[in-house]
Amino acid sequence: MEHRVVITGIGIYSCLGENLKDVADSLYQGKSGIILDEIRKDFGFRSALTGMVKDPDLTPFLTRRQRIGMHQPAMYAYMATKEAVENAGLDIDFLEKTETGLIYGNDSTAGSISETVDRIREKKDTTLVGSGAIFQNMNCTVNMNISTIFKLKGINFTLSAACASGSHSIGMGYLLIKQGLQDRVICGGAQEINPTAMGSFDGLGVFSPREATPTKASKPFDRDRDGLVPGGGAATVILESYESAIKRGAPILGEIIGYGFSSNGDHLSNPSIDGQYRCLNMALKQAAIKADEIDYVNAHATSTPVGDAIEAQAIFDVFGKKVAVSSTKSMTGHECWMAGASEVVYSMLMMQNNFIAPNINFENPDDITAKINIIAKTKEQKVNCFLSNSFGFGGTNSSLIIKKFK
Amino acid sequence: MNREEIISTVKEFLSEEFEVEKSIIEPQANLKETLDLDSLDYVDLVVVIEENFGFKVTGEDFVGVATFDDFYTLVEKKLAEKK
Repeated sequence: MEHRVVITGIGIYSCLGENLKDVADSLYQGKSGIILDEIRKDFGFRSALTGMVKDPDLTPFLTRRQRIGMHQPAMYAYMATKEAVENAGLDIDFLEKTETGLIYGNDSTAGSISETVDRIREKKDTTLVGSGAIFQNMNCTVNMNISTIFKLKGINFTLSAACASGSHSIGMGYLLIKQGLQDRVICGGAQEINPTAMGSFDGLGVFSPREATPTKASKPFDRDRDGLVPGGGAATVILESYESAIKRGAPILGEIIGYGFSSNGDHLSNPSIDGQYRCLNMALKQAAIKADEIDYVNAHATSTPVGDAIEAQAIFDVFGKKVAVSSTKSMTGHECWMAGASEVVYSMLMMQNNFIAPNINFENPDDITAKINIIAKTKEQKVNCFLSNSFGFGGTNSSLIIKKFK
Repeated sequence: MNREEIISTVKEFLSEEFEVEKSIIEPQANLKETLDLDSLDYVDLVVVIEENFGFKVTGEDFVGVATFDDFYTLVEKKLAEKK
């Protein structure tokens, strides 16, 4: 027997705000979270632009032992998960006595690793890095920390799939619940924000160099787009079987009805229209809906010349001209490992509040992006069903379809 | 550094590192129980000792160290050896 999979909690810690309310306001206002990070200039970055969040102070919430294995990915994920757990009407007592899984997207821990290696080189003694370093440095840092803090007893692993990590984490949680293997799975994505995490990415020359105008730099789909801006934070989405949500009397915020995935099997960094096309169609087929039943597409579009054009063409081929499209990366920058989860949270906030957040900085289309309906200004509109795209290096693609629960 | 200075320094960094009140760090109190140390915490104890006194202790050094008084004596001995 297959189960319906619903969303009962969301949480966010991003450059648009440190909680759902602030983020919803920022999305509605079309407010950018991009800044110029001077430290990156000293570090040799070609472009020092980034979405920025502060490292949260967790001392009011967690003991020393709980905090010691946490660096940025786990700290951000804790803040997002804490909010999502509260949002879902859950608490640690309940989680400890029941079976709840955790599949979180993460694909780097560069900040903590570089600090660890610097210290070993300085001290020439591995013990002197302390007991927390190993738990900060492993890529599964979010899962190790969050599962122990929240006393989770179900499936527990980290999903690493480049910039589609967060989206695939939700897709995997969806499949496990749909098949009846889990009643409840906490999913999400985390992205560290520090120069060591993004130095090699900047080295490819794909970041926007518009340092004089940080909030104008990320211009997905615009004719004059010239590269992405990195960002980060964490987003958590709590999935649950319909039966479990009803039994708990939990709020049902939406229902996942489709998860498409594909691999390009081609170039390390170049996107592929064939891969995206297969991914989108798989999601639609699984959802058993027609393309025109999607009200809104939250695009992956990162503001790169090639990537945005290919996605615009894929969206046009599948959905045509009518569907509303925006890339929230115009405000957040590219939240990489977190993006697939955060963009589901952003889209859920739009669905809850009846608006479509703008693709800011979209002033002029090019020949291809002119084919689709890009929303440049906040639009009051009911969103009954949306699709969120995420594409990653190595050619990994993920599309999620979520609708209002009826 | 005399014993009083050692006691003062130790109380300061142990209370900060292990987040306990200085007042519970009594000479005859049990180090492990008072600080609620597990196996991982001993690694961090080694780190804070090195940061504050400039020497590294090993597991063998802790044999026979039960109370804070024992610990102050260990620090005195190690500082003397360092000289």
